[in-house]
Order: sequence, then structure tokens, then C-alpha cells
Amino acid sequence: MSAPIATGTLAAPIGRPRPLEADAVCKRFGPFRALESVSLRVEPGSVHALLGENGAGKSTLVKCIMGYHPIDGGSIRLGDLEVTPRSPRDAQALGIGMVYQHFTLVPNMTVCENFVLSRAALPFMVDWVRERASLRGFLSGMPFKVDLDAPVRSLSAGEKQKIEILKQLYLKSRIVILDEPTSVLTPAEADEVLTMLHSMARGGHVSIVLITHKFREVTKYADDVTILRRGRVVGHGRVRDQTAEAMAEKMMGGTVPGREKDENAATVGETRLHVDQLEADDDSGVPALRGVSFEVRSGEIVGIAAIAGNGQEELVEVLAGQRPRRAGRVNVSGEAFHATRAQMKTRGVRCLPEEPLRNACVAAMSVSENMAFRTFEARAVLGCFVSTKAMNARATRMVADYGVRTSSIHSPIAQLSGGNVQRSVLARELDGKVDVLVAANPCMGLDFAAVAEIHARIRAARDGGAAVLLVSADLDEIFALATRILVLSEGKIAYETAVQGAAPSVLGRYMAGHG
Amino acid sequence: MTGGAMGLWGLPLALAGGALRVSPPYLWVSLGECLTEKSGRINLGQEGTLVMGAMSGYAVSYLTGSPWLGVLAAGSVGVVFGALHGWLCSLPRVNDIAVGIALMLFGMGVAFFLGKPVIQPAAPQLPALDLGGWSELAPLRAALKVNLLLLVGVAAAFAMRFFFRRTRWGLVVRLVGEDADAARAMGYSVARVRLLATTAGGFFAGVGGSFLSLYYPGSWNERLSSGQGLMAVALVIFAKWDPVRCLWASLLFGGAGALGPALQSVGYTGGYNLFAAAPYILTLGIMTATSSAHRILTGQPAALTVAR
Repeated sequence: MSAPIATGTLAAPIGRPRPLEADAVCKRFGPFRALESVSLRVEPGSVHALLGENGAGKSTLVKCIMGYHPIDGGSIRLGDLEVTPRSPRDAQALGIGMVYQHFTLVPNMTVCENFVLSRAALPFMVDWVRERASLRGFLSGMPFKVDLDAPVRSLSAGEKQKIEILKQLYLKSRIVILDEPTSVLTPAEADEVLTMLHSMARGGHVSIVLITHKFREVTKYADDVTILRRGRVVGHGRVRDQTAEAMAEKMMGGTVPGREKDENAATVGETRLHVDQLEADDDSGVPALRGVSFEVRSGEIVGIAAIAGNGQEELVEVLAGQRPRRAGRVNVSGEAFHATRAQMKTRGVRCLPEEPLRNACVAAMSVSENMAFRTFEARAVLGCFVSTKAMNARATRMVADYGVRTSSIHSPIAQLSGGNVQRSVLARELDGKVDVLVAANPCMGLDFAAVAEIHARIRAARDGGAAVLLVSADLDEIFALATRILVLSEGKIAYETAVQGAAPSVLGRYMAGHG
Repeated sequence: MTGGAMGLWGLPLALAGGALRVSPPYLWVSLGECLTEKSGRINLGQEGTLVMGAMSGYAVSYLTGSPWLGVLAAGSVGVVFGALHGWLCSLPRVNDIAVGIALMLFGMGVAFFLGKPVIQPAAPQLPALDLGGWSELAPLRAALKVNLLLLVGVAAAFAMRFFFRRTRWGLVVRLVGEDADAARAMGYSVARVRLLATTAGGFFAGVGGSFLSLYYPGSWNERLSSGQGLMAVALVIFAKWDPVRCLWASLLFGGAGALGPALQSVGYTGGYNLFAAAPYILTLGIMTATSSAHRILTGQPAALTVAR
């Protein structure tokens, strides 16, 4: 038995962080064993990577440490002390903080307000003059400058992530757990953030636990690694003693899909999608697309590289019919395209938006219904009564074809994992004639196997003659799939190049707006 | 008294006086609604709370002889209604708008049922403060006869702005209204904060109701409220969720409500019913002017959505 934590006596840790240890931690959810005797030791002042596929138990483990879930067996120790955090507050009092995959900053509040709000004990009356002065003092020692009065919504994803990390230091966390902190960042931003983390750990002020499934981040920035697979530790040790291949093998359980091969088999045909001087506004009425023109031909994949907030979201929304355009033309196969349902159907325009559960599904409706969104009226009796029988038969076939793992086609789609939601949407969108496919970050947050599979599906669509527009925050993905790259910066195409011979550093410069 | 003696000055003065007399229920309800909405919930039940407050305030004032006890009773009834709304909405899969409409009808029904016996009797009224005593001008003195509840309401508006900007609880309410997940990650109980904010919001609406029955118009009947509780919701949007702007907006709505009587006081009697509709027209106009398919209102608490 362990004693409940004694908040107060343990608050405000001084000096080096203490080692954090999980010892034979077990956690069950019903019959499902999420963690089976998982042990891990985070040395003071080190960066410890926690590797594993989606569902391997990484998040469950850190959530146990953070006090979200009580553990069913084993123990968690901080230095010599056994601790039982019952809530994130308890963990915070112990000097353990977490940066989540999605931002916890409040967009409509200023940076200053966000910092102050995050503190465990707010004074009854907030003295903003003093708070601001003390924050300035705190930030002056940090490798990152920020405008305290800027509303958080005006910051870029990279800036937000850095503020999340600084917030943990401000809260005097000595052990900072980061859950895939780079999943919403561009490669350049990710490098900046990770370099900052690395130097903070080197300074001996904090220990870092980095949850990731990107090997590059592990080999470049981590000291130690623990690899999880199906709730068990399948490997651990110093990173410099490991090769990426060996880690991948442990993580995947043997068969590693090699570097994705692409024969570039498809022959490029006539222009399918032609966007001409397209203009559109963002949600607050500010121009987001300012005269964008490009063409995508049959049988080619064109990648759009852009830092978040440069108009790529709006571009996808205009093409998907979710946002009105202000000016410009979109032609599909030579005819004007206004993204009506009839046009999408006859011209074969399909879309894989990012965050498919939010943007392309009705979460509470069943897998079967969600899969029928494009076609449910096709077999309607008397043009009015939808045939659920046909709908379910089709869904059953798609679930089998695309390997969607769901307990039933009648389960609400929100119950599926991220990869399976994406598979379901993919099945719906790639069914039938596809002439133009618009895909936005189709693999965000998915594991290796799912990424390889979805890439293969997109290539297959291209080989079938579709013109594919791929908007991605991941340059590796664009390099792996596309034949041409367009850089979108501040609502304009800033640069165009073929993938062969394209240099990431040059792309990065254009993406950052310094063409 | 006709406006003849004052000439053209009579109309703005009568309008200002009318605004001070008509606006307090708008002010109190909108402050309560502002607090509720800042926490991320809409309480459309404020109309029912207002009517319940009016009835119970009047009844208690009649029974005890003290109008201030009536105000207190109205506030307490508001607390009960606010807490009921907050509690119902904290249950899973309960929509705050649907609950609000139900509570609006419930509050009105209960008030009419329980208030039947006090329609006839005359309850002691809240006293007026004579702020215009220094003036020789009778219309000015009449316009500056204000109720203490107005002054308290004005103070409350500024206090609430201070509360949102400078106090711990105010920041927590805003946090919960902006981002429930972030609030949970910081260890705050979203449901409890919303329950408390809605409860406090109910208190304000109840007090607003007591003003109707205990000062102006100053009686209890079933046609006492003409939708002030609902219009206050529109007013909060117009005020962009800022308590002090709620004050200015209440005065504007109060002025619009006083347009008919003010014109009458300067001798213009035509189209009285048309001018009585001024607040509703203003509501419609504001909602049309401020809504947009493409933009989200600045200042709108992010958790405030119709569908959830």
C-alpha cells in the first residue's frame, strides 16, 4: 500500500529532478490488459523516449503517472518516495507535468492570462502588473521570445507548443511528459522545439519523457528509449546502442515495412483539376487564399507544403465545398466546378479532410451510415426511402475490403480508433469513380502500418488515373508520395518544384516566407 | 405635464428618464446571463426565472410588508431556478437550450399558478431615490427618480467586469467557458463551475424580476413581463459578453422601451403600439446586424455552441 501524496511538503522541488520510476505497473480496462508489468526509469536530466505504435500503451502509462487512471498493480516512485497521484493536480504538485498532443492553451485569452491561469494556486485577486513583471523575468532566461499580450489564437502551432513547454517550467515541473509534441508541427518547428527540450534537459533542470513514433526524433534527441508493444516493454536501453531498424523491429513485432517503394508506374495524363486565381477568406473574414493557381493532372500526386495557417485548410475546404470562394475559378475535367453534390458525383471529386472524425463523419451515426454519405440516395426506393439493406451490405463489404476494425457496422463511428475512422472514410471516398482526390494530412497521428496502408491506397487511386492533391504538414510524406511540390505561403503559391532534386532546406525557406 | 414647457428638450429627457426606469430588469437579467454564458452555457430559462422572481418578490413583500425581503425572496427563487438549470445540464446528453426553454415555460406556469391570489392586493413598493431634488425642473426631477436596484446593478456591472479580469474565480469561469478540456486538464471541475455560474446567474434574473413587480410597472399580473428575460439573452450577444457593455445595452433597450411613453409625455400619441414594439425591433435588428455565416463573434466564449 502506498500513502496518498502529501501536497505542500513536496511542492516546489529544488535542484536536480529526481529519478522517476514505474515498477511493474499493470492496468486493465475491463478484460483488456492495457499495461502488463511495465517498468521504466527516467534518469534525472535525460530525454527518455517512449516508443510504440498506436494502442501500445504509451498514453495509458503516462496517464497512470499523471493520475488520470489509478493503477491496478505495481508502483510509481519519485526518488525514494512511492507516489500515488490521483489527479493531474497531484502530479503537478509532485513536479510532474504533461504537454498534451492537442493544445491546452485557451485561444481567446492572452499568453499572459494562459500562464497565470495554469498555476495551481491562483491568488484571489490577480495583480496583473506584478504577474507580468515576474513572467518577463521568467521568460528572459528562456531561449524563446513571446509577446505576453498576444491572444493565443494568433500564434502559430510551433509557438503554441513552445508556450506549452515553457508553461511546464513556469509551473516548476521537473519532469515533463510530452505526448507526441511534434504531431502538429512542421519539420522545422519540430526541430526547434526538440532542440529546446534537449538543451533544457542538458542544463539539468528537467527530465523529459517524449512519447513518439518518429525514429528520427528518438535517434536525434533522446538519451534513453523504452519500447512498448501491446502493453508490454519489448525493449529499452541507451539510444546510442540501438539502430533505428532494431527499434522498428521491436515496435512492430518482426516484420518491418521497408522504406516505402514507389515505381511511379502511373502515366501522367490530361489536366483534371485546374484552380485559377482562387481567393477565399478565413473564419474571421481575413483573406486566406490570395490568388492561388495550379493544375493537377490525371495520374499524378501534387503535394502542397505549408506551415499551418497559410491557407491550406481554406483551400481544402473550398475544394470540398465547405467554404465559399470569393473569387477565382475551379475547373474539373475542363468544366466549372462549384462543389455541389451532383458535380462531385458526376466529376468524381472526392476528399479526405484532416481529422476525419470531425470533418467528414457524424460521430454519433453508425459506421454503415457514415460509409453511405456519398451514395445513400442512389438506391432509394421511389427516390425517397433509403434502403438500409443495401447500405449495410455495402458497409460490410467495405469493412472487409479495407480492414476496418469495428465490433459492428452499427457501432457509432466515434468508437473506432483514429486509424479505423480514416480507413472507413477512405473506403467511402475511394469507392467508385475517382477522378480528383483531395487529401489533407491523411496520416496524422496514425501508426506505421496504417500509414503504409493509406499511402498505398492513395497511390492506387493515382495509378487508377485520379489526380491527387495532397496537403500535408509532413514533408517526408510529401516526398514519399508526390511527384511535384507546391509551397503555399501566406495564401499564395510561393514555389514549385519536382520532387526529384527538391531540397528540404529550400522548401523550408519558402514555407517560412523567405523565398 | 406636457412637454410644451420644455420644448424639444422634453423628449430626450423623457427618454432618459424612461430608460432609467425600464432598464433595470434588462440589466439584472443580462448580467446574470452574461455570467452564465461566460461559463459556457446558455440559460434561456431566465425569462421563467424573471417571472417567478416578480411573483415571489411581490408575494413576499405583500405578506411581510417589506419590499426588500421581497427582493431577497426573488433572488432566492432565482438561485433555485438557476441551480435547477445548472444541475439538469450537468447530466449526460442534456442540452442547455432545451432545458432552458422547458424551465422558461415551467417558471411562467408555476408563477401564474402560485401568483393567482396576489393579483389583486397591493404590496408595499420599493422606494425611489430622488437624485433630482436639487433641480427646479419638474421633468428633470421625475427623470432622476431612480431605484436603488438600478444603482446596485450599475455597481454590479463594473464589479463583474473586475471579477472576470482580475479575480481567480472570474478567470476560472472564463477558462471553463472557453475550453472545458483545458479546464479539466488544470484540475477544475467544469460541471461545478457551470453549476455555480448558472446558479448565481439565476439570482440576478430573480432580482430583475422583483424590480418589475415592486417598482416599475409595480404590480403583479400575468402580462407583467413582455419577454425581457429573452431579450436580455440577445442583449448579452450585443454586449459581446462584457458586463459593462451589458449596462450600456440595457440602457439602450430601456430607452427603446420608453419610446412610446416618452412620445406620449410630449404630447405625441399616434402609433403608441408601434413604438411599444421598439425593443423587439431593436432585438431583431441587432441579431441581423451582428450575425454572420462566415464569422464567429469576437468575445464569444468558445464553449458556447447550440449543438453539443
